[in-house]
Amino acid sequence: MAKVLMKGNEAFAEACLRAGCRFFSGYPITPQTEILEYMSWRMAEVGGQFIQTESEVAGINMLFGAACCGARALTTSSGPGFSLKQEGISYLCGNDIPAVIADVMRIGSGLGDIFQGQGDYWQLTRGGGHGDYRTIVLAPASVQENADLAYQAFDLAEKYRHPVLVGSDAAIGQMVEPVELPEMKEHDINTYDWAIAPRKEGEEQKVIWNTYYTIGADAYMEYLKDKYARMEAEEQRWESVQTEDAEVVLVAYGISSRISKAAVKKARAQGIKLGLIRPITLWPFPRKAFDALGDQVKGFLSVEMSILGQMADDVKLAIDNRRPVEVYGEFANVPSEDVILERVQGILKKY
Amino acid sequence: MAKIKLSTERCKGCFLCMSVCPKGAISPAGVLGEKGYEIIKVDEEKCIQCGSCFRMCPDYVFEIE
Amino acid sequence: MKCIVPNGVNTEAHIGWCPGCGHGIVCRLVAEAAQELGIEEKIIMVEDVACGEFAQNVLKYNSVGAAHGRPIITAAGVKRVRPDAVVIAHPGDGSAYSIGMESTIHCALRNENILALVVNNSVFGMTGGQMSPETLPGMKTTSSPAGRDPEKNGNPFDVTKTLAQFDIAYLARGAVDSPANVIKTGKMIKKALQKQLNGEGFCLVEVLSPCPTNWNKTPVDALKFMKEQQEKYFELGEFVDKGGK
Repeated sequence: MAKVLMKGNEAFAEACLRAGCRFFSGYPITPQTEILEYMSWRMAEVGGQFIQTESEVAGINMLFGAACCGARALTTSSGPGFSLKQEGISYLCGNDIPAVIADVMRIGSGLGDIFQGQGDYWQLTRGGGHGDYRTIVLAPASVQENADLAYQAFDLAEKYRHPVLVGSDAAIGQMVEPVELPEMKEHDINTYDWAIAPRKEGEEQKVIWNTYYTIGADAYMEYLKDKYARMEAEEQRWESVQTEDAEVVLVAYGISSRISKAAVKKARAQGIKLGLIRPITLWPFPRKAFDALGDQVKGFLSVEMSILGQMADDVKLAIDNRRPVEVYGEFANVPSEDVILERVQGILKKY
Repeated sequence: MAKIKLSTERCKGCFLCMSVCPKGAISPAGVLGEKGYEIIKVDEEKCIQCGSCFRMCPDYVFEIE
Repeated sequence: MKCIVPNGVNTEAHIGWCPGCGHGIVCRLVAEAAQELGIEEKIIMVEDVACGEFAQNVLKYNSVGAAHGRPIITAAGVKRVRPDAVVIAHPGDGSAYSIGMESTIHCALRNENILALVVNNSVFGMTGGQMSPETLPGMKTTSSPAGRDPEKNGNPFDVTKTLAQFDIAYLARGAVDSPANVIKTGKMIKKALQKQLNGEGFCLVEVLSPCPTNWNKTPVDALKFMKEQQEKYFELGEFVDKGGK
């Protein structure tokens, strides 16, 4: 299929529809709004339901109803709005319901601002709502990947009966790039036995409720541990760039990874052995990428748009604290290649 | 003849039935039921099968055939 | 007169409500209406957390357990993707008029084709009887121990005065305080379900219901309180009854 020029948010929306998503409920917030706007006209063309809800809370809870019925359902938001989605995400997890939720990240806690940011990492990867859960988190780094991951997100969600989050950011959402869109497919709402529907003749009552109620506390503990272990074993995704002989490894995702990739190229031209691990799943964090590294690695630099260095926590866990991990955290600006190289020189000198 | 059928194993002794019975046919049975509450009894001589008890019972104790 | 517990009620289930609670009566009315309309297979209940949730045991219908305050919006989501289902949201007054108010209003504005069956017992029951939006002036609860003071807490919310102006299909208030009112309430529920089948849009049936435990009354005295106090404040009847589209 020929490539088309599209904005990241719109490519994401179109790819969701092509994955068979036929339900969207959401609320405007910058820098996510193009997804809502795109869905407002395009959803009708494919025969689905688009609802601009009264709030983000309403959006996620309306999605909850649609998703319980087996529909491929999507809601999207940013920062403050994504915080409001947490109630519903916790319920989706507690009840084992698949759905896709995107957070087009902006900066800051509270209102913050509408610029690209990556400060929702902890919220995305730790389970932002109440209770004992995490979700698969996909982090696209280009418009193409925004579309590709959107397309896969629904399959992943249904494979585990679990919500899947897509954590992009204002830059990825707003930039325009060529993209090859996936094939249009239809999803049969009656694919899964668990989906709530009008009862067929002689069919037993179906109830969607907290899975813990259905199977009991002891069984639930085993069930949950197994579910998360499977996701961790099977779904780690990443891209490694020139890590084979790297003495310093950058770790970066989304928009930060693009600058980091350029920094690797520049460093290599200067004879510095720099590499990059780009997590594509923020959870499960790609530990396997770190396990594959050789002993020559002196240290890591987590390059991320969060002042406190949120992803750096996971880097330390992934290497079991065996090497130094430094943070280059930006806030309102994307990371700078020059600063990355300075920091890498510093790491090489120090360790 | 219409007949009143009682499932007093479900009775929680709220006595709403008693309060709405137009004939005073329902009274406390003086014994505890399976749920641990004092259950009711019906005087079939007085019962006119009006269905008031059926309508007010939250625990589906009454049926009238 | 034949009075048989309808098929949709599972009498073998654990009926978890306190003695004299009105929820059991409301469930029977839903099951009777569904049976009479021949739509038992089509019903999808969307339950709230708290006391109403026991309906998942008592009613044999397929059901979704929504978050607290969200059954109405979640039911709207169910109906959008399952238009052939007959969808009943089953919140209490705290859910529909406090935490869930925005969606009660906006689902009515969008005329979502569902039934919101709001059981109004004027307290937050499951949490132990705190003041709800429907707690009457002067009524003592665990969070208004001196009685609800309208100066401080405002007056109770009356859905019939608010949604009566909306372009919705049906708005009614019944009560389960007497056999006659129970029959009337059953007719309201049946009418609302018929309207949903007709595709007429949003129906809200509020049912005044006793909570003897949290009202600190015997079940029989609770009925008296309904007649003398609750129904004085909350008028019974039909307030919107629009014909089919």
